[in-house]
Amino acid sequence: MASRKKIAEGSSVQTPRLKEKDEFPPPKSTRPFVKGAPEGPPVPPDVQKKLLYHMLMTREVDDRIERKLYRQGKIVGGVYTGRGQEAISVGFTLALEARDYIIPSHRDMGVYITRGMPLYKIFAQYLGRKDGPARGKDGNMHMGDLRLGLVSFVSMLADSVPIVAGAGMAFRFRKEPRIAITFNGDGATSRGDWHEGINLAAVQKANCVYVINNNSYAYSTPTDAQYACENLADRAIGYGIDGYLIDGNDAEAVWRTAMQVTTKARTGGGPSIVECKTFRMTGHSAHDDPSHYVPSELFPEWEKLDPVARLSTRMFERGVIDEKWIADSLAEIRALVDKAVERAEACPFPDPSEATTDVYYDPTRPIVNQEGAAD
Amino acid sequence: MAAITYLEAIRQGMFEEMRRDDRVVMMGEDIAKYGGAFKVTAGMFDEFGSSRVIDTPISESAIIGAAIGMSMNGYLPVVEMQFIDFITCAFDQITSYAAKSRYRWGVGVPMVVRGPCGGNVHGGPFHSANPEMYFAHTPGLKVVTPATAYDAKGLIKAAIRDQDPVLFFEHKYLYRRIKEELPVDDYIVPIGKAALRRPGKDITLVTYGAMLYLAYEAAEQLAPEIELEIIDLRSIMPFDIDMVMDSVKKTSRCIILHEDTLTGGIGGEIAARLADEAFTYLEAPIKRIASPDAPVPFAPTLEEAFLPKTADIIKVSRELMAF
Repeated sequence: MASRKKIAEGSSVQTPRLKEKDEFPPPKSTRPFVKGAPEGPPVPPDVQKKLLYHMLMTREVDDRIERKLYRQGKIVGGVYTGRGQEAISVGFTLALEARDYIIPSHRDMGVYITRGMPLYKIFAQYLGRKDGPARGKDGNMHMGDLRLGLVSFVSMLADSVPIVAGAGMAFRFRKEPRIAITFNGDGATSRGDWHEGINLAAVQKANCVYVINNNSYAYSTPTDAQYACENLADRAIGYGIDGYLIDGNDAEAVWRTAMQVTTKARTGGGPSIVECKTFRMTGHSAHDDPSHYVPSELFPEWEKLDPVARLSTRMFERGVIDEKWIADSLAEIRALVDKAVERAEACPFPDPSEATTDVYYDPTRPIVNQEGAAD
Repeated sequence: MAAITYLEAIRQGMFEEMRRDDRVVMMGEDIAKYGGAFKVTAGMFDEFGSSRVIDTPISESAIIGAAIGMSMNGYLPVVEMQFIDFITCAFDQITSYAAKSRYRWGVGVPMVVRGPCGGNVHGGPFHSANPEMYFAHTPGLKVVTPATAYDAKGLIKAAIRDQDPVLFFEHKYLYRRIKEELPVDDYIVPIGKAALRRPGKDITLVTYGAMLYLAYEAAEQLAPEIELEIIDLRSIMPFDIDMVMDSVKKTSRCIILHEDTLTGGIGGEIAARLADEAFTYLEAPIKRIASPDAPVPFAPTLEEAFLPKTADIIKVSRELMAF
């Protein structure tokens, strides 16, 4: 029985396998109005290192949650990871500024990692403990902390789209150089809120960026059953805004595009849609076996495009990093994650009396996840 | 001071809050230059401009979603649903996001969602609804339903100052039909407190919104034979069960009257609380008078048949006294 199987503690993340050469062409649109990732200038070496480091940490955290804690039966509820998609969440988040607003989606652990949410709080959240940002009242990736510009999303993922429109409107009205950005999968783009929200942001010229993490499947639904346009970026012209189609597994292309669209939104140029092509290297969730509906040859094909391996290969070739840098980074990350998991497992579950608190405003309750919070 | 209408009372209350606190913004369809379909926001655009009186596309869900995003960034949005019926388009943003935000992560999203509700104006199934109970059933939301101009102004101001999302259902039949002189000084009507509209010893009649005026008519016609004690709930969530309980313990009989349809209406909830907590005080069954379980019909003969009538209250009151 699976439940009796001894599941080893610690990391199962491999040291990135270096590639002979990275010569994968970026996805291209036949629509002349859809833009690609901007060419150069080259990504500065310190940014390259931050991209790789945060992607490695994201993969490690996802791995601990999905392949260790979940299989050990310690996670409360479902687990959804973004393995193979780390370049999108990390690449965009590194292009943001401290006071920007972000509503991630459920495969965007890289947002929380890059933004600096304490690791032990992330694990405490997945374990349903009282120190998780939701204090046990909500689970998995539904985390937020306004001090980090992180807004907690809900399971109806496209709800985030009008909410960032409102945040982007607030920044524009107050003439603040801030932006609001949200990430959605291909599935969420079929929701009415996605359309309503982007249309409102476009009409209001709100300081917004809309990222589509197109990982080819929404649960079991492939993209040809989700939309009939060539690419989701095509829709931008219908809203009168810029649309980009980029390689979501190329961290540098993501970062360069992110710098361009966030600068535009920050300086009053209005919203953009960026469609990032990628692939979900797992099932929908930890309990889902994708072999029932994903053709098996797709996994090795996309494995060749692994964003961590591609970036590290380039950085080796350029001499930005060496093997020691990788080994030291992985050792440091594993130690940090070990410590965070240990602390989260020692954290108690919330007291049962908390089940009915915070439904309505109560001045005697502690302030959490925003300015004035004690932690 | 001249008497003002229920509609003008809402407008005045919002104007005062806009002047008092520059975080307050208005959002909705046709509300800015046009002043709103019923003119509840008339004149605001000229005084406050396009970043505080915001015309939106026809996107109820996005309007509420954007209000959430603005609320998180220090604004206090007051969103108009052109007819409250259209709030169903925004149901998810209200019930999934706004209602649960404080509970889930400690970040409240204060805002007001307001709009014209109610029938008796031949609006048909999509311009006459009373959808308060969809939202009263969602923990995290507050729901208020003023019946007088005084309460309309006091409750809209209380709603704007509240820390939680408040749904403000204004009865369009009352917009221009009632007029009152209102105090010059700033005041609010606290959310969650009912008003004792008429003292009486025989039957407690609990109601709200436009039905209050049917209750008055019935009370006039029944007195002095039967004395109704009329309670105007004013707030549906939270509702003032204490005032209802105290009254029923005195009269021993209760009728709950609402324009909302019978099944799942607030009447059932109040009846359950009375049965639970005041059972031994009751001399007769708890009665509900409500619209039947059907959409609000269009033709005058159908709508007349659909809505509760003064005669219903008189009939049920007599039955209760004879029980």
